[in-house]
Amino acid sequence: MKKYVLDLTVSAVERINEKYVLIRLADDKPLPDMLPGQFVEVRVDNSPTTFLRRPISISFVDRSRNELWLLVAAIGDGTRAMASLAVGSRLNCLLPLGNGFTMPSSASERVLLVGGGVGVAPLLYMGAEMRRCGCEPTFLLGARRSADLLLLDHFRRYGRVFVTTEDGSAGERGFVTNHSVLQSEHFDRIQTCGPKPMMVAVARYAAAAGIDCEASLENMMACGVGACLCCVEKTTEGNLCVCKEGPVFNINKLLWLN
Amino acid sequence: MAELKVKINNLELKNPVMTASGTFGYGIEFADFIPLDGLGGIIVKGTTLRPREGNDYPRMAETASGMLNCVGLQNKGVDYFCEHIYPQIKDIDTNMIVNVSGSSPDDYAECASRIDALDRIPAIELNISCPNVHDGGMAFGVTCAGAASVVRAVRRRYSKTLIVKLSPNVTDVADIARACEAEGADSVSLINTLMGMSIDIERRCSRLSIGTGGLSGPAVKPVAVRMVWQVARAVGIPVIGLGGIMTAADAIEFIMAGATAVQIGTANFIDPTVTIKVRDGIDSWLDAHGCRSVAEIIGAACH
Repeated sequence: MKKYVLDLTVSAVERINEKYVLIRLADDKPLPDMLPGQFVEVRVDNSPTTFLRRPISISFVDRSRNELWLLVAAIGDGTRAMASLAVGSRLNCLLPLGNGFTMPSSASERVLLVGGGVGVAPLLYMGAEMRRCGCEPTFLLGARRSADLLLLDHFRRYGRVFVTTEDGSAGERGFVTNHSVLQSEHFDRIQTCGPKPMMVAVARYAAAAGIDCEASLENMMACGVGACLCCVEKTTEGNLCVCKEGPVFNINKLLWLN
Repeated sequence: MAELKVKINNLELKNPVMTASGTFGYGIEFADFIPLDGLGGIIVKGTTLRPREGNDYPRMAETASGMLNCVGLQNKGVDYFCEHIYPQIKDIDTNMIVNVSGSSPDDYAECASRIDALDRIPAIELNISCPNVHDGGMAFGVTCAGAASVVRAVRRRYSKTLIVKLSPNVTDVADIARACEAEGADSVSLINTLMGMSIDIERRCSRLSIGTGGLSGPAVKPVAVRMVWQVARAVGIPVIGLGGIMTAADAIEFIMAGATAVQIGTANFIDPTVTIKVRDGIDSWLDAHGCRSVAEIIGAACH
């Protein structure tokens, strides 16, 4: 897919809680095609300590409003500067980067999308695109506490939503891999994005249950296009760039389960 | 429109702007962003005789106005390059230059001789300055005898333009440059990265898998300009300057310090179109200052 460097306009910055914001970006021209699971490299101009771009998952593409959504956890200088952007300011973005999740091969495929923390971001767009193809996804979303469950109302538009929290303040208490839906239902494929320990646990569950599984990685990166070789992950094919050969990998390619 | 053409030995560059090895892939990664044939040259990723997996992750740490990396020359080896990558890049209308590394003078020479056979690769850049590998790399570039041994071995088996990339992690970079020139190098490029380190104080360990890494980006530019200036006064062969160039003004500093051409590296990560902007910016600057060519300002500050 052709990559672009675009100056997008911030059309809204929706503060979800003290840590998370949803940034909506618009452009005069129609946004390029983007696939669920791909990402954007954002140049952060309003932070003197931020030198490199920040890779951010494509959370949603609202075609009717020609808007791109980025869900951002403000945890460092760069992401905090992004969270404080004013409506109307410009954000320089490289997009779309990397490879997306595999789309279901038929409408009857039962797909479980498992997200944790800010890692739920790409699953919203994935769920929406699945729904457009006539396939209803099931979401299993985890967080530390109920206040950190993100975009639940948006997820509910596209499929059933199951929730876990570590403190039990919403849904079932515990981790996503403890949720009862994994026992009560069968899935043909699991696609996951979130903290690495969560994704490894999901991958172990999927492998043991014989379910095809893809994970979206977020290794630290610089260039975003496969040039600097900084963001590598060890795979069955040697070190591969998360930015170019990923960020979505089938878990069979990763060495997590060895 | 000033004359932007410059020459490195027999190698004619459309303009003085090249890309630095390890920051621009094989060029094709940036083809969506810029016309690759608008560059003076592209120095492709470091290539070794045998495949290398490179160092473990994490390989990168962001620092003040720069970054550290310890990639460690990950590449699929020269034979893979010749069979699979060369066919994809040979028709790009610019100087496609291969950066060559090795763990012994014979390694370098064998790798160079295989690239000598490729029609559309008019030059190589010998990397005797990689700080991130134990077996070779910078070990050769920090002594005159080491640098000379590699250049001598390669010169015997490589017929085209031979550029040697120098390390800044030395006491006297001019001495090393003179040693390379004496063994038949056609040009020297500098600087490779400066060895550095960054520590995560919460985890009480280095941010990089092998402890240390190479610093690049605007943080290193004044050091690089100084070294280019020292080397340009010490040798007769053309000097290629690099280290932290982000703008046309940065590139012009290097040219005035004595560089015939420049390479842009880390800036490609921030703006994938930066090379073309620097080229156009040099052109505008020359016009605005009544200069008819780049050549007029090479070494302008070397008094």
